Amino acid sequence: MKDFILPPKNDRDMGTPASRSTTMVTLRIDGFDVTVPEGTSVMRASAEAGIQVPKLCATDNLEAFGSCRLCVVEIDGRRGTPASCTTPVADGMVVHTQSSKVRKIRKGVMELYISDHPLDCLTCSANGDCELQDMAGAVGLRDVRYEAVDTHFQSRQNGEANPNYIPKDDSNPYFTYDPAKCIVCSRCVRACEEVQGTFALTITGSGFDSRVSAGAAGDDFMTSDCVSCGACVQACPTATLQEKSVIELGTPERSVITTCAYCGVGCSFKAELNGDQLVRMVPYKHGKANRGHSCVKGRFAYGYASHTDRILNPMIRDRIEDPWREVSWDEAFSFTATRLRDIQAKHGKQAIGGITSSRCTNEETYLVQKMIRAVFGNNNTDTCARVCHSPTGYGLRTTFGTSAGTQDFDSVEHTDVVIVIGANPTDGHPVFASRLKKRLRQGAKLIVIDPRRIDLVKSAHIKAAHHLPLRPGTNVAVLTSLAHVIVTEGLADEDFIRTRCDWS
Amino acid sequence: MKVYLPRDAAALALGANDVAEALLSEARARGIDLTLVRNGSRGMIWLEPLLEIDTPEGRIGFGPVVPEDIAAILNAPKTHLKALGLVEALPWMARQTRLTFARCGVIDPLSLEDYEAHGGLSGLRRALAMDAASIVVEVTQSGLRGRGGAGFPTGIKWETVRGATADRKYIVCNADEGDSGTFADRMIMEGDPFTLIEGMIIAGLGVGATKGFVYLRSEYPDAIAVMNEAVVIARAAGLLGASVLGTGPAFDMEIRVGAGAYVCGEETSLLNSLEGKRGVVRAKPPLPALQGFMGKPTVVNNVISLATVPVIFEKGAAFYRDFGLGRSRGTIPLQIAGNVARGGLFETAFGLSLGEIVDDIAGGTRTGRPVKAVQVGGPLGAYFPRSKFDTPFGYEEFDGQGGLIGHAGVVVFDDSADMLSMARFAFEFCAVESCGKCTPCRIGAVRGVETVDRIARGDADAIPLLTDLCETMKDGSLCALGGFTPYPVMSALTHFPDDFATTRKAAE
Repeated sequence: MKDFILPPKNDRDMGTPASRSTTMVTLRIDGFDVTVPEGTSVMRASAEAGIQVPKLCATDNLEAFGSCRLCVVEIDGRRGTPASCTTPVADGMVVHTQSSKVRKIRKGVMELYISDHPLDCLTCSANGDCELQDMAGAVGLRDVRYEAVDTHFQSRQNGEANPNYIPKDDSNPYFTYDPAKCIVCSRCVRACEEVQGTFALTITGSGFDSRVSAGAAGDDFMTSDCVSCGACVQACPTATLQEKSVIELGTPERSVITTCAYCGVGCSFKAELNGDQLVRMVPYKHGKANRGHSCVKGRFAYGYASHTDRILNPMIRDRIEDPWREVSWDEAFSFTATRLRDIQAKHGKQAIGGITSSRCTNEETYLVQKMIRAVFGNNNTDTCARVCHSPTGYGLRTTFGTSAGTQDFDSVEHTDVVIVIGANPTDGHPVFASRLKKRLRQGAKLIVIDPRRIDLVKSAHIKAAHHLPLRPGTNVAVLTSLAHVIVTEGLADEDFIRTRCDWS
Repeated sequence: MKVYLPRDAAALALGANDVAEALLSEARARGIDLTLVRNGSRGMIWLEPLLEIDTPEGRIGFGPVVPEDIAAILNAPKTHLKALGLVEALPWMARQTRLTFARCGVIDPLSLEDYEAHGGLSGLRRALAMDAASIVVEVTQSGLRGRGGAGFPTGIKWETVRGATADRKYIVCNADEGDSGTFADRMIMEGDPFTLIEGMIIAGLGVGATKGFVYLRSEYPDAIAVMNEAVVIARAAGLLGASVLGTGPAFDMEIRVGAGAYVCGEETSLLNSLEGKRGVVRAKPPLPALQGFMGKPTVVNNVISLATVPVIFEKGAAFYRDFGLGRSRGTIPLQIAGNVARGGLFETAFGLSLGEIVDDIAGGTRTGRPVKAVQVGGPLGAYFPRSKFDTPFGYEEFDGQGGLIGHAGVVVFDDSADMLSMARFAFEFCAVESCGKCTPCRIGAVRGVETVDRIARGDADAIPLLTDLCETMKDGSLCALGGFTPYPVMSALTHFPDDFATTRKAAE
């Protein structure tokens, strides 16, 4: 059902992140006038105009890097051939994305790339889903004239072992790292840093010896700091980092948008399939909770989808001692309705109710309570989220007038100070933790109130300004004393509270 | 008796410390009251170790001195075989216009009194009386351009930083002098460190920065030692600290040592390295002037640019601007090296022709064979044949001839040089020093070596491929390392086609 509710969104990669500016500038790209927010890259502005500038190191969930040099353009009045990913737009700018000069550079760059790449496209797991392949086509590369001696992809050269060759690392249960296919675009390294915030990957060596590496020499992906979130696999434009499921099953041909039910973050996913065979889960870039990111569970722990224990058809039984009996939906519905009605007839309207799991989505929980109120005719509905959420729900309702959260996940991108109390986002809600960490790396201050020294207190490029390791059970006392100080010392902004809260 | 013997690394490499030891023990034995000043080098490297004895007429020089010469020099200085007469009157010295290097080799590098006695700090005192905007205007009007190689107008860079709003700004001195055949940065740091410190303070006053860093290459242990000592002395004298000379705002600085990567001389890699990150190039924009060290507005200037600032303030922008030609104003410290009779540092106004520099000043080749090629501007500079010797030394003038002046290193080759090997070396150098970020440099340098090897084997098809590769690297690279490697390659191919053809014939 949900697939049809969600409006169709454009999944095109715009190359660089969107600008938040409200000032608009107009420029001309290949004869088309484009109006975009100030701070937008020339590459993204081109994409807005429907012009795809060739690219390999750029992708719209990572900051522009400028390393592949495929996206060069010419700009009237400017010297040279700037990279469109790292060049911001300017009012009145006139851009040419297809001059003979930039076409020649692109072809020259692609020729270099392919001189160090195995030409095994037909048997490659990324065949048909490879940006390197796409770009070779887009720039019109027809010939590789180099007689390459030094390569990274040949295991042996002239009968000798190639010292540059690094065998495939398949230590991770979910994906493989094949250095022979790597184009060193650093998208994986940057995704690990910018999106996930784990900093497990790096580039070792320099020049031609630059290689993606999971930590120190001798480390593989499994022994590294990698948490298998898969952001690197998603970021990889080639088969270098590839899901094992894709290697086994082939390239998916259709997708369904769905919501992950593992935790309360509610990440959106594209379940990519071949027929009814799930091939991989790709976090949906327009998902408001996750914005294209996921954790290990959502992306890789989908074995439940085809597990033998999974119940695929309705089953009923008269008595608990009886074995389950597989029945049609019609029979199941009428059986259940009759039994529920019987209970109400015998014991009264209030005798039944319903409870939803915290792993249900908001939409599912909504439908259940609607059935209970409209069909059962009572208010006996609840969700197990109450078990953990009832104190916060009570507090929120008392202060803000509603027991729901007052902010969406995107708002963390605007926050300046964060208080984390009684939560361990890194472990409990990893995708939100990644978004929070990103903001903390940008300079937001963090206060952790928790008896535990949780990951956020100090991890890669993050350090809490203050960690209050309070005694278990003293949360209320700490918060009450905070409130007391705020009120008695006149630190409250009355106008702010009056306009946003129930002031009485 | 006051004598001078350089502590400059070039002099040390040629045995200056052994000479100093011999001198001191001989003086002790003879009961001579000897004051030995370990100065910087005068820049006449072929005369190092250059011993100077102070006389009422001026300083007379002896060189190159070995320890065995000391006794004879002390016995009869004027008639000694290695006596050179008054150092200032030597043609090499007399022909120069020493502005940036006025004190280098003259004073005790670590004596602030000596520094002040020779005009030091007068520029800073003048700057302290000016407002920030006027300081930047003075630099702009002097016509000073980046001496690191790019030749960007220093005043415009400073104005960008001055105009940026930020809670903190920085002055970063690029002392990662990695170009082969260059040594001006090292010489000034070893011979007159306070002039760099003074220049950085004035830059700080001009743009509103309170902290400076010198990013100094690890290969210069002597310069590191001198600069560190100089900073301590400057701090003790109140030149650096909470208030510059007790009247100005705060300015302090640190010497940071690199880790041996040539590409860290590129300003954005340098900033990454300074921040403790991998020394890889950053894409521009953002310009370091707006988002530099730690994301704050930062002036990144070469040693010589900053060390020239004090003399501009001491003598005025107009004085400095009046030297030079075209848009290349003031003086340039030429560093003459390679196969030359006389190598060393020669500071002169822009405008000398390359021929004058190579034939007159350097005196031709050391081997006595004809000059074949001159590489100006370090390993990324073009090779100029004799037919281009009338090119005047200036930014635009060299650019117009398909070359660059870079950091003003001049390396001379005689007719035994094989230019195909030199083209191969250019790629090899690029391959070794590439940071590996951008594709044209990372893969192109390696393919370049292989393609030159094909040409050497007589494969004529490889020549157009080499030309195409150079075009890809020149137009496609992220920074000057990949972008300028084609200069030595293409100039070798263009001006010395025989070296690319004869090997082919030999193979046939």
